[in-house]
Parts: sequence; structure tokens; C-alpha cells
Amino acid sequence: MTLRMRARLAPYLLILPGGLWLAIFFVIPIIALLALSLDTGNLINGFRETFHVATYVNQLSQYHTQFIRSFVYGTIATAAMIAIGYPVAYWIAFHGGTRKSAYLFLLILPFFVTFVLRTVSWQFLLADQGIVLGTLKNWGLLPQGFRVLSTNFAVIAGLTYNFLPYMVLPIYVALERMDKGLLEAASDLYANRREVFRRVVLPLSIPGVFAGILLTFVPAVSDYVNAEILGGVNQVMIGNIIENQYLVNNNYPQAAALSFVLMAALLIGVFIYARALGTEDILSVSSG
Amino acid sequence: MSVTQMPQGTAVVDTGSGLPAGAADTGGAPAPAGLAAIELVGVSKSFSSRDGNVQAVERIDLAIGQGEFFSLLGPSGCGKTTTLRMIAGFEEPTQGRILLYGEDMVGVPPNRRDVNLVFQSYALFPHLNVFENVAFGLRRRKVPHDAVRRRVGEVLELVQLEGRERRRPKELSGGQQQRVALARALVNNPRALLLDEPLGALDLKLRQAMQIELKRIQREVGITFVYVTHDQGEALTMSDRLVVMNEGRIEQLGSPREVYEQPRTRFVAGFIGTSNLLSGRVARVVGGSALLDLGPGERVVVPLRGGAVPGQHLDLTVRPEKIDMTGGPEPPEAECRIRGRVTDVVYLGSSTQHVVVTSTGASMVVFSQNRGTSGEASAPTHDVWLSWRAEHSYLLAEQEQAGDEEPREETGGTQ
Repeated sequence: MTLRMRARLAPYLLILPGGLWLAIFFVIPIIALLALSLDTGNLINGFRETFHVATYVNQLSQYHTQFIRSFVYGTIATAAMIAIGYPVAYWIAFHGGTRKSAYLFLLILPFFVTFVLRTVSWQFLLADQGIVLGTLKNWGLLPQGFRVLSTNFAVIAGLTYNFLPYMVLPIYVALERMDKGLLEAASDLYANRREVFRRVVLPLSIPGVFAGILLTFVPAVSDYVNAEILGGVNQVMIGNIIENQYLVNNNYPQAAALSFVLMAALLIGVFIYARALGTEDILSVSSG
Repeated sequence: MSVTQMPQGTAVVDTGSGLPAGAADTGGAPAPAGLAAIELVGVSKSFSSRDGNVQAVERIDLAIGQGEFFSLLGPSGCGKTTTLRMIAGFEEPTQGRILLYGEDMVGVPPNRRDVNLVFQSYALFPHLNVFENVAFGLRRRKVPHDAVRRRVGEVLELVQLEGRERRRPKELSGGQQQRVALARALVNNPRALLLDEPLGALDLKLRQAMQIELKRIQREVGITFVYVTHDQGEALTMSDRLVVMNEGRIEQLGSPREVYEQPRTRFVAGFIGTSNLLSGRVARVVGGSALLDLGPGERVVVPLRGGAVPGQHLDLTVRPEKIDMTGGPEPPEAECRIRGRVTDVVYLGSSTQHVVVTSTGASMVVFSQNRGTSGEASAPTHDVWLSWRAEHSYLLAEQEQAGDEEPREETGGTQ
């Protein structure tokens, strides 16, 4: 009897650690965030739970531009990462030879420097009168008014640069573990090089691309460092607004409401995306 | 070749000549009649590696007849797979020419060669279902949709996979995957089908069933099969002709019977089946046979292919199933007889294997059928006589010649 009871309890006991982890680090903070977003008050007098839903309406109408801009930036940056990252991953996987690990190391080498510092160094490099633009302007190769910083391009390029390895690595894994016999089989069955890529390599690497999108789109949309350092007043992203509400205005309910909306939007998006593709395909990159 | 002219259904069966040109199993390895399907002329292949060049294939000459089931047999690293991959176009020969129906294929990429390869790993496209896997080659050749559906249906019927069109490869058993791989190549009706150890991943029972199945399919479609295997049983069962390869060279070419019964070299004798090697000095030469000098009462006669002089050292081989074993001190009436002592008895079910150490110190294996009559099995330490007919003594080429002149002569005869 006790044995049977133990057998029945076993699955619950086994999911307990994972369940606890999820509860402590995901469910409880989310509930706290949701509760905070419905508070009213200020930092000095304290916040009280008043179920003030109007914060959401008010914040969304005030900051929808930054919201939309974040998603547009994230989408463009992710597309750029695929365009740049796929060929890089392909080249390392198929032409890297014995130096594959060296190339991968080079790819993640910038990660040894902090994210913020790397971005600041770009700010330094691309400054209006900095070593690149300043020199070109002195030589008369660029008009004096030309600038890169504080443009949409600068922020999107920054996002692309900072998250690129997260796109390359899953695509590389998908390409690398592909049975090279399949490429031979395709060319044995009369496929030319273009058809081998289109009919075999590309479809089999799609799970890697999808994993890359998941890993880059979410942090790119919610990023604020690139817009802060490389952008100007017209490049403000939702992340900057949230940061500002928390740390400058100390308006915690408003910041919480914006965070909650952003997270919900991303979660729903990812959920729809995963359902549309089938989680099996997304997971197959890691599990083979 | 235009795809629309591909023979369909019964037309395919008619093109098979039943017994291909090289199918005769007696006499010298016959040259394939007419134009060879595949011809290798002085083909060599070396790979450069960190520690110098590795010679994978060395000056191979070979002519494979149309509709023939031809095997490349040898241990791993003997160059058989490299040879097959050169025919398929995945490797280019360092030297020599590869002709497909008289047309030089060197420099032609795999997708423009009218041969198809069945891969050892099957290499089925995991993202495509069975139908699309099989249709892959036809689609690349822009075959009209109706014809694709008809051809794929026909070939799936041929390999007995009807009704599995919508399955993904990983939903199939190993044997079924193997059939899909075969169907995917056959559907294109290539001028030759190349098979790289296609049954290697299957278990014994399934492998034996597939051997018969492959042979049936080959007879039905009449396509030239070039079959690479390290399994001598497989090669002997299925082939019309085969070559035994070793260290990038051809050791012997012939029908399965020739290669088994008349191994030309020590390597072939050792690689195919179990064989007993004997050596001795020539005592006398009588009418095309040599009598070897052995112990008292013993004698071994071996038919000669060339000349021999008394005192010359000869190597010969006898297959274990050709040897009779008798107990008792009286020597049997036989052309070849030799004394020995049983050291090991292994019961194999249908037969019993005895290991006998002869008076000259050679270790010989004897198979005897377990017919149920008494006295078949001798216990260890029994003294016995081994005897066989002179025609079953088979002279081996001398070691220096083995890899060189002898096989070259043999292959030369097939062109």
C-alpha cells in the first residue's frame, strides 16, 4: 500500500524542484509585478493596492509610439541578424574545416567585454567628430552634417551587433549536425548546388533559425542600452521608458504596467510562434 | 537521357536479359558482351593527409557488363568504397578514366551522372516523407507530376512499401528505410545502381531476406548493380561476378564459384571462407601436377597452372568442406592424404568443425556434416587421416606475384 502510494507520488516529487524554481523565480515575481502595476501612490507616502486599471490605458496611450518602435527595431534587427548570421554559420559549418572551434571562439570573443562597454566603444568610434567620421569629414569625403549616432540605423545596427552570436550559434548547430551524406544524396539525385541548398540544407536548418529568432528577438525588443547610448530623442525604445519610470521618476506602478504589457506581448507572440511551428521543430535543435 | 523515355513497368522487365553477360559460373571470368556499362581504365586515387599521400586505389582496370550484378569485395580500407564513390562522382580519380557506356565521366559532377548511389547510412531526407524522398530525383529532372506519381507508386510497389507514402523516414524500421533508399535510387531508372554496403546496418535475419529481395529486384529491373561489401557471404550469394580487393588493388576477378573454389592468392584464400594453407617442396612433377614432399605415407598432389621444378616451394589451399577425416592407422585410398591430430572440436549445428594439426605442423580446419551417422565427431587428441581429391588442392600464386602480375593478367582478360 505504501509502495503504491509512493509510486503515485513519485511524478509529483520529481517535478517539485522544477516547479518550485518556476514558482519562486517566475510566478511569484509576475504576480508581484501585476499587483504593483495596479497600485497608486508615490515613493515617499508609499504605494497602496487600489486596482487602478486606468494606469494601463494611460501609459499605453502615452507610450504606444515607443512600443511600436521597439517591435519594429527588434524585427529589423532580427532580420539583419539572419541575413548576416546565416552565411557566417554556414561558412563555419561547411568550410571551417579543422578550425571550426577557433572561428566559433572568435565569434564569441567580444562577449568577454561587457555589453555596455562594447556599445560605448561603438559610440566612441562613430561619434560625429570621432576617429572615423571626423577623419572622413576632414578629408572632405563626408559632408560636415553627416552623422551615424542618434539615427534609427545606429540603434538597429547596435542591436544587430550585440545579439548576432545568439543567432549564429543555433544555426551553426543545426547545420553542423546535419548528415553530410544528405548533401551527397541530393546531388546524386540530380540536384545542382542551388537546389541542394534550397531543398535540403535550408529546410533542415530552419529549426536553428527559429531558435535564433527566439533568442534574439525578445532581448532586442526589450533592450534599452543601445537606444540609450547610440540613439537620440527619436530612438527611444520602451525599455528606456521603463527604466526612466523606475529609476528617475520612481513611478513604480507605471513602470510595472509597461513591463507587464511588454512581457505579455512577447509571451503571447512567442507562444503563437511556437504553436505555429510546432515546439518539436524548435526543440529538435537541442535534442536532435 | 530524356526522362520521358524512361522504360516503365513491363518495359523495364524486358530490358533485363535474365542472365547477364557475365553470369556464367564456370570457366574463366567472361568478358561482358558488347559495350560495358562501366569501365575503369587505370584508375588510381590518392588522398593527401597530414602524414603524406595515402594511396586508396591503385591502377584498377575493370569492365562491368550491362545488367550485371557486380560486387567489390574486400576488408575495410581496401579501396572499394573509394572506387564506388569515384563512379558516382563524389571523388575524382588522380589518374585514369571512368567510362559510363563508353562516355568519359571524369570531371562530370554527380548530379549530371546517370548513376544513383544507395548510401550505407541511407541518407534519407528527414524533412520529407517517403513519397517525396522517392520523388526527389524525378522532381529535379522536372518530370511531370502525373508521371512522378505513377513512377513512385510503381517503385514503392516493387520494394513492397505501398501505403507508407506519408510516413517520415524516422517512423520506419531499419529494413523499411533501406527499401526507401533503394526505391529512391531505382525510381530514376539509372544506367547503373551503386550500392555502398546497403545491408550493413540490418540484423542477420533481415539481411539475408534483403539479399534475396535485392537479387529479385535486380532481375526484375535489369539495371546494372555495383555492390560494395565486406561480407564475403553476401558477395558470393548475390553477385554474377565480383572482384576481391586488397590495399587498393584487385586481387582476383571472377564468378563467385571461381573466387571461392580457385582462389588465386593467399589473400583471397584467406579472406573468402575458411581455407587451409599448406606448403611444401615439389618432389616430382607428373603430367601437369606436382607431388609434394611430405612425411612417410603422406602425399599431396596439386594441379599446376605453369611449370614447376623439383625442390621448388609451393603454397596451396584446400577448402575445409572438401576434406574427409578418417580415424585409424590405415591411410585412406586418396590422391591427397595427410596425417594429423585433432586439437579442437566445435559443434556448429548443421556441421562440426575440427581443428587438426598435421604432421608438418600446419593447422587445418575440417568441416563435416552432422548427418547423424556415428563416428563423425572425433574427440581431441585422436589421430586421424585427412584426405581429399587432387582437384581440390588449389595452387596459390607466389606472394611476390600475388598483388602484381597475377591479378593484372586476370583483369586484362576481361576487357
